[in-house]
Amino acid sequence: MDWSAIFLTIRLALVVCAVLLVVGTPIALWLSFTRWRWKFFVESIVALPLVLPPTVLGFYVLVAMGSNSPIGRWYQSLTGHGLPFTFEGLAIASVIYSLPFAVQPMAAAFSQVDRNLINASSILGASRIRTFLRVVLPLSVGGVVTGFVLSFAHTLGEFGVVLMVGGNIPGVTRTVSIAIYDHVQALDYTGANHMALLLMAFSFVTLSITYSLNRRIWAVWPMHR
Amino acid sequence: MASGNSAIRDGGLSVRIEYRTSNSFALEAEFEASAGFTMILGPSGGGKTTILNCIAGLTRPDTGRIALGARVLFDSDARIDMPVAERRLGYVFQNLALFPHLTVAQNVQYGIAKMPAVQRRARMMTMLESFRIAHLIARKPGEISGGERQRVALARSIVTNPAAILLDEPLVALDNATRSKILDDLRAWNAAHGIPILYVTHSPQEAFALGERVLVLESGRILAQGMPHDVLATPRHETIAQVVGFENVFDATVRSIAETQGTMLCQLDGSATRLEVPLGHAETGKRVRIAIRAGDIIVADERPHGLSARNSFPGRVLSMRREGVRVVVMIDAGGAPFEVHLTPGAIDALRIEDGKEVWLVIKTYSCNLVEPSAR
Repeated sequence: MDWSAIFLTIRLALVVCAVLLVVGTPIALWLSFTRWRWKFFVESIVALPLVLPPTVLGFYVLVAMGSNSPIGRWYQSLTGHGLPFTFEGLAIASVIYSLPFAVQPMAAAFSQVDRNLINASSILGASRIRTFLRVVLPLSVGGVVTGFVLSFAHTLGEFGVVLMVGGNIPGVTRTVSIAIYDHVQALDYTGANHMALLLMAFSFVTLSITYSLNRRIWAVWPMHR
Repeated sequence: MASGNSAIRDGGLSVRIEYRTSNSFALEAEFEASAGFTMILGPSGGGKTTILNCIAGLTRPDTGRIALGARVLFDSDARIDMPVAERRLGYVFQNLALFPHLTVAQNVQYGIAKMPAVQRRARMMTMLESFRIAHLIARKPGEISGGERQRVALARSIVTNPAAILLDEPLVALDNATRSKILDDLRAWNAAHGIPILYVTHSPQEAFALGERVLVLESGRILAQGMPHDVLATPRHETIAQVVGFENVFDATVRSIAETQGTMLCQLDGSATRLEVPLGHAETGKRVRIAIRAGDIIVADERPHGLSARNSFPGRVLSMRREGVRVVVMIDAGGAPFEVHLTPGAIDALRIEDGKEVWLVIKTYSCNLVEPSAR
């Protein structure tokens, strides 16, 4: 069992989820409440990772981070090293890749909150932030939890983007899915099986817990009750 | 406008709104509302809720000016558009919008969160007690009855000490008894506070029974406004009659009461005609106002007999005019003018013409009491 890969993967998933909560929540809020006519444009960009092959996404992220791009150069001047093939670079790519998995359930939950409740909160003198914390968020907890869990599980299992942006550096960018690939390449099916089973069991348990906690919101299957 | 200045001095509401939506609906309204109930009456889609939303800041008028006392909430010329949260209004939505995840106590305290905890709790309890819902404090909106929810919603808006209250058909789902109890409580509260209360309704009875002022709104325009009596006495403008629902409105005096029958006999002013009407909150000798729809009056060409209808009396046709598929007939009954709507077929069958003697037949329950409540 490759424990360093497992811990690295969990660390990556936690970091990505934390960043997505901070970045994804405002995007989801904005998407739920804006009346801007070009909103669909932003929606498409956010949803792009759902349909793009991870290699395409990974390729462009790699190019954008590289030392030939302004972003890459700026980061290098700031920290002294480049983004590609580092944990930070991998985290950034994973955030972009998992963005729709966090934003969509949250946006769906936010837009289901009765507008009159939000209006009532404003009329009672509450600021936007207070309205969000006291009314919108408590009534969308299911969507936020779903977004968090889905992006966590999605980051755990990603492969293409990691390979493109992170490479395969043990302890830095070598995640479980890469490790499995390595085991198979080395014809170590037992090793691959252990890691794969672990990943599958973990994903299954996480999803089961989420769905059992909030059956009403954002289920993959049509609702039964 | 003279009344405008006085409304502003005593914390009244002064509203001038022009608002247009893309799908050809246009609202143009100008009115003043001083302390007490101002009823906004009209059919749905007439712009009643839009007016409330403009005042609350949820909808932005194209042009106009909205002021509450000395505070300007909105002024398109001066580019003032005060944020919703700063307007200090109470607004009870038609669907109430109670926070479903919060208890009654948390709902009512929502708008006074900045107060110190002890004071906040005391204030909430006072409010809950005056609305008789103190026993519900730990329940959630889903666990209490419709009438109780209305009370919680009212308490929640009022506890903040708003400068005006907006009510959008808040009591429409309630039975009459519950409704009048809640309104009595609200009236009692406002006796001490004296702020403007705008009350939207599509029920003429409710509007004329409760309002100190009535504003009749249709298709985005104010057709009439003023004291209930003045609005009802507005020249018989076709649309007002339709919106208000009654073409015939009479002032009358109660002559006798038949408690066991559930009726009372009223004499119309300036006429010998007496009408039997449903029993209301009135004693013998008290003044009432009776409203009758023109379509509810039956005309006969001889003295009718064998009818269940309790009111039948003679009259003389004053005039007739054709309006589309119906004929509007004015009939004088002992000094009281009645407007009656008949079909052209009925006119022919009864050979009705100017000066003809006829009998009018009106059921007791077609006579509606719209007395303004005693103040």
